[in-house]
Amino acid sequence: MQIKPSCCAEKPVISLTAGEKLCKNHFIQYFESKVFKTIRQFELLEKEENIGVAVSGGKDSLTVLSILKKLSVENPKIKISAIAIDEGIAGYRDKSLETAKEFCEKNDVALHVFSYKEEFGLTLDEMLKILNVKPCSICGVFRRYLLNKKSRELKFTKLVTGHNLDDECQSIVMNQFRNDMAASARLGPRAGLIDDKLFIPRIKPLYLCTEKEVTTYAFINKLLDNFNECPNAVHSHRAQVRDMLNDFEQKNSGTKYSIVNSFLETLPSLREKYKNAVIKVCSRCHEPSSNDVCSACNYVEKLRLSVRV
Amino acid sequence: MGIKVSVFVDKENKKIKVDLSKDSSVADLLESLKINPVTVIVSRNNELILEDEKLNNNDEIKVLSVISGG
Repeated sequence: MQIKPSCCAEKPVISLTAGEKLCKNHFIQYFESKVFKTIRQFELLEKEENIGVAVSGGKDSLTVLSILKKLSVENPKIKISAIAIDEGIAGYRDKSLETAKEFCEKNDVALHVFSYKEEFGLTLDEMLKILNVKPCSICGVFRRYLLNKKSRELKFTKLVTGHNLDDECQSIVMNQFRNDMAASARLGPRAGLIDDKLFIPRIKPLYLCTEKEVTTYAFINKLLDNFNECPNAVHSHRAQVRDMLNDFEQKNSGTKYSIVNSFLETLPSLREKYKNAVIKVCSRCHEPSSNDVCSACNYVEKLRLSVRV
Repeated sequence: MGIKVSVFVDKENKKIKVDLSKDSSVADLLESLKINPVTVIVSRNNELILEDEKLNNNDEIKVLSVISGG
């Protein structure tokens, strides 16, 4: 095995995918430069923005919030707030939201919290006792619905998420396994297929950062809280794909970069193919939908009928 | 003679003692715990250490998962 040199005489804190070892200071420089380069390369931000950062209290969202806060201090025309969704998962979300609140207070960032209980009348835990559905499916529908609706009401110009290279890689492979290329057409550093005033553009500044890089940055900057995994995520399809990809990455370093980079080459043609997707307005809640009634309203109706029965 | 290290694995929230042969590295430790190095970062005395770092007798090691929680 070829041993790559370290960046300087300081002790290295990470070995990058290509084998280069970086000390703490050079890694911070490398990581932040990569995030800013991603923002420039994919034109994620305009000169003037009112950004909402979706925070969970986890390392990814706090890392992206921390870096964008620095950007906002240097560029006062970039305004930053945070938005969090409390799904109502006992023992999980309550802890991570506390971390998010502490971070926002300490860093002078306004935090807006919305809950399933207040918006839909039930916590996720309560919903899962009523409906026999995959937890990640119903949770994802309600979370995306609330993030978009509330971001629009708060007049955010962009919604930032902490999705990293590993998350994107998993989504690409999951969509391949399900033969769902329409879903892949909505991926990318600037997510979504259609520009519509009802949709707040979602952007992913950590798009090219591996999960290991994000964790290393979070550790160095004391953004890493105690490990806290959603109890519903353990047996998800995503977890299976994640473990498979990590096995490949261990045996063939660079696998994840290759998957994402080759996907980026095909993304323009995928978007071209699916560009005529029609966006309707849900007849019940007037939120954007691909059908006459949106998925969130469908779930609300199923919950209502099940409770009544 | 071998070495004994104390290891905290955050994903399992448990602290264990591990016996290793002399001159063992972080990579050897992870292999003995059946942990894929891609999925963790490792610290000693609150400083990150890499896979090729040699371990010493009585080291206190933390193995921190990089996997997102949600």
